[in-house]
Amino acid sequence: MAATTEGTRQFRVIGTRPIRHDGVEKVTGAARYGADYAFPGMLFGRVLRSPHAHAIIKSIKIDKALKLAGVKAIVTAADLPELPDKIEQGGELPINLHHLSCNILARGKAMYDGHAVAAVAATSPHIAEEALRLIEVDYEVLPPMMTVEDAMAPGAAILLPALRNKEDGPDKQTNVAAHVQFKRGDVKDGFAKADHVIERTFKTAMVHQGYIEPHNAVGIYNSDGHATIYCSTQGSFVVRSLSAAVLGIPEGKIRVVPAEIGGGFGGKTTIYLEPLSVLLSQKTGHPVKMTMNRAEVLRATGPTSGGTIRCKMGATKDGKIVAAEIWMAYEAGGFPGSPVPMGAMCIVAPYDIPNIVIDAYDVVVNRPKTAAYRAPGATNAAFASETIVNELAEKCGIDQCDFRILNGAHEGTPQTAGPPYKRIGMIETVEAIKNSPHYKSKLEGKNRGRGVATGFWFNIGFQSSAMVNIHNDGTASVVTGSVDIGGSRASMAIITAEVLGLDVNDVRPLIADTDSIGYTDVTGGSRTTVATGLAVYEAAQDAVRQLKERAAKLWEKKPEEVEFSNGLLSSKSNGVKPMSIKDIVPRLGRTGGPITGRATVNARGVGPAFASTCVDVEVDPDTGKVTILRATIAQDAGKAVHPSYVEGQMQGGTVQGLGWALNEEYFYDAKGVLRNSGLLDYRMPTCLDLPMIETCIVEVPAPGHPIGSRGVGEVSIVPPPAAVANAIANAVGVRMTELPMSPGRVLKAILHKEGASVASAAAD
Amino acid sequence: MDHKTVVETTINGERMEFLCEPRQSLLEVLRDVLGMTGSKEGCLTGDCGACSVILDGRAMCSCLMLGVEAAGHKIETVEGLAQGSKLHPLQQKFLENASLQCGICTPGFLMSAKALLDHNPHPTEAEIRYALAGNLCRCTGYDKIVHAVLEASKAGASKAA
Repeated sequence: MAATTEGTRQFRVIGTRPIRHDGVEKVTGAARYGADYAFPGMLFGRVLRSPHAHAIIKSIKIDKALKLAGVKAIVTAADLPELPDKIEQGGELPINLHHLSCNILARGKAMYDGHAVAAVAATSPHIAEEALRLIEVDYEVLPPMMTVEDAMAPGAAILLPALRNKEDGPDKQTNVAAHVQFKRGDVKDGFAKADHVIERTFKTAMVHQGYIEPHNAVGIYNSDGHATIYCSTQGSFVVRSLSAAVLGIPEGKIRVVPAEIGGGFGGKTTIYLEPLSVLLSQKTGHPVKMTMNRAEVLRATGPTSGGTIRCKMGATKDGKIVAAEIWMAYEAGGFPGSPVPMGAMCIVAPYDIPNIVIDAYDVVVNRPKTAAYRAPGATNAAFASETIVNELAEKCGIDQCDFRILNGAHEGTPQTAGPPYKRIGMIETVEAIKNSPHYKSKLEGKNRGRGVATGFWFNIGFQSSAMVNIHNDGTASVVTGSVDIGGSRASMAIITAEVLGLDVNDVRPLIADTDSIGYTDVTGGSRTTVATGLAVYEAAQDAVRQLKERAAKLWEKKPEEVEFSNGLLSSKSNGVKPMSIKDIVPRLGRTGGPITGRATVNARGVGPAFASTCVDVEVDPDTGKVTILRATIAQDAGKAVHPSYVEGQMQGGTVQGLGWALNEEYFYDAKGVLRNSGLLDYRMPTCLDLPMIETCIVEVPAPGHPIGSRGVGEVSIVPPPAAVANAIANAVGVRMTELPMSPGRVLKAILHKEGASVASAAAD
Repeated sequence: MDHKTVVETTINGERMEFLCEPRQSLLEVLRDVLGMTGSKEGCLTGDCGACSVILDGRAMCSCLMLGVEAAGHKIETVEGLAQGSKLHPLQQKFLENASLQCGICTPGFLMSAKALLDHNPHPTEAEIRYALAGNLCRCTGYDKIVHAVLEASKAGASKAA
């Protein structure tokens, strides 16, 4: 697909599309995901979960269950150490270990339908399941607080008695875990200058990452106090540190071996079963395998927040946005930690607006503790702001793309939090949409409409380690700690091959366990190609430096006189026959030994990502069903290392965003019990719901990165709900302010509009 | 312990025999009894298709069938798709088109797609999307999967061709 490339280096391997190195295993069923592991003497673990959304746990009786033949151990929170109720550094991110531990096994209180209460290990998963039914839990059921409005209302039932926030002080019990505010300029002044002001209230629903592979873990505790965990995770080092904390053992006693992972999207950057599998292994002396079923995944693993956003924006009649005032409250779930701060930082990030004030609230409710979901917090936010942007564009009589270009953030524009933007590609993505075959085509037919939206995501850098081993036949392997969730290991091989002048198939990428490779942060936050890619790049350069030193020794020259280019070592001062890596490898032993290049990074100056999406829809006025006719996404990748997998991220995020827009939501009944805990009624897009997803990779290189890459994994999910809402408005003239825009809601809006026009016609 | 039965069946062209409890699904038998972990568990309710196998020529969710029901039938799983080390055209096209990201849904898609092409060697895009609607993918957005099936059909992937 077309790409807009701005002055990037010419690369030999970077930018090509080799077949991924793990491909054959994946298409033959040989690749081992976490649930595929089996060990001799292995037991099976299952978790007993609260059927109540909010309840005090008065007692748990396990004696009947222990008597069932085949049951080997049962654990509750009493078997875990009690951890301090305060924020600590969990790697890079602050974490409350007490809350984490309570989420793994409830301590005294069940906070949501599905909250883990006890865990059983038995000789078969069926026996373990039977044992759950024999555990007797005495609950005192309390009224559930299910929405931010319920939880914030005066007199609301208090979910966490010890929770306090800074504003309300140490003596006030509250369900508001945090309030953050961002300010710039003076919004009163700004709105006074505006010719058009739009203010609306938006509601979004809780949605799940929807990875096809449920959570899993195999825990093996050795009698010497060391444990090994095999699991599907986005972050083996996070599993190690958090499991160690929950179990109360030193981190170094746990080795985490990452299996292949069947999807994560942020939802597998935390822990659920891992410490339980180790605990049960410790109690039984056997390996213990635990998996979740789909109902457990939906009920009890972090979805992302729904919530309420009040968004007010003003523009002058020439189309300049002058002010934005936003109030947003997100559902944190049973414990604090919604992505509302990120949502607040993203909501108007694509634009250069002089006056803003954003108030964001993190609210505990009786729903599962939320976890990261692809650009956490940003999609909800963009649904609100990007639909108002379109309304303002309409009021000003300006095309939706031109309005975004007019107000677009660029180098030097202030960010909501942090330093001004460096070189970014926001405007370029809008221009790419404007010039796309899709946008240029005429959309004809009744009830059809076109909508555009732009999204932003920071992308993170953080820490990665890498090693490049040169082998005796002149090929190489590159070892990192970054779990491959979407094809990134191919990119690591590509970068190594580029630097070493090798064929990409002569570089083998591996993902190592937590003992075999240095500390590496999660595969998430759109960081892998950028940060681990940087470590790989530098490790390969380190190998080159060592190769030059060896050549210098052999040629009796100084290392500075040796060059390496196109895979050949040569001397600047000539007089020597150039050597390839293959040529020099037999002589490494006598010049000092084998060569391993290594590097570790804490990647700084990481470039943020922008994406703009255009969607054509057809709305059925009799049912409210919205059909996606055509979708195009333009995203700034900086420099695409493997374009096919960059396109894959763009398409995948777009489709998750479309599901979020049209169908996905959690249905809780009045008791706070989840009613759609299966994939039939938690309705994700199928291939029958969709057209091809057209992609346009924009390349505005990230300054300061040797390859120029920007993270691409997340931002694609941000624009679609707003783009669809804008398309629906264009198609049938109704403004949707609630997600998802399922047929019932769209039909209601259409009928309401018709009713209003009938009523006003009748009144004339 | 529930009484176990001996079941005789044909899997990927080989006569096979296994022991299982009546309550074990075919998916559980394949994975935990026979060690054939290529078929994946995603939902256990027949909604995601990750466990898809071909039963007597028809795509089937193995989580919706009991192991004991396999007796006397012909079952094809992803492990039998390649001919020795020669990949099936569908497998090859999935790789060339980057039709997989995490890969967990891939075995199920390959089996559903094979069942389609074995009956309908030259499907249209709409026919492909209809046949694969029972297989969920959360990573790819389906675009590159559909392209791969279109290309495989052009490469003569159907056994009927």
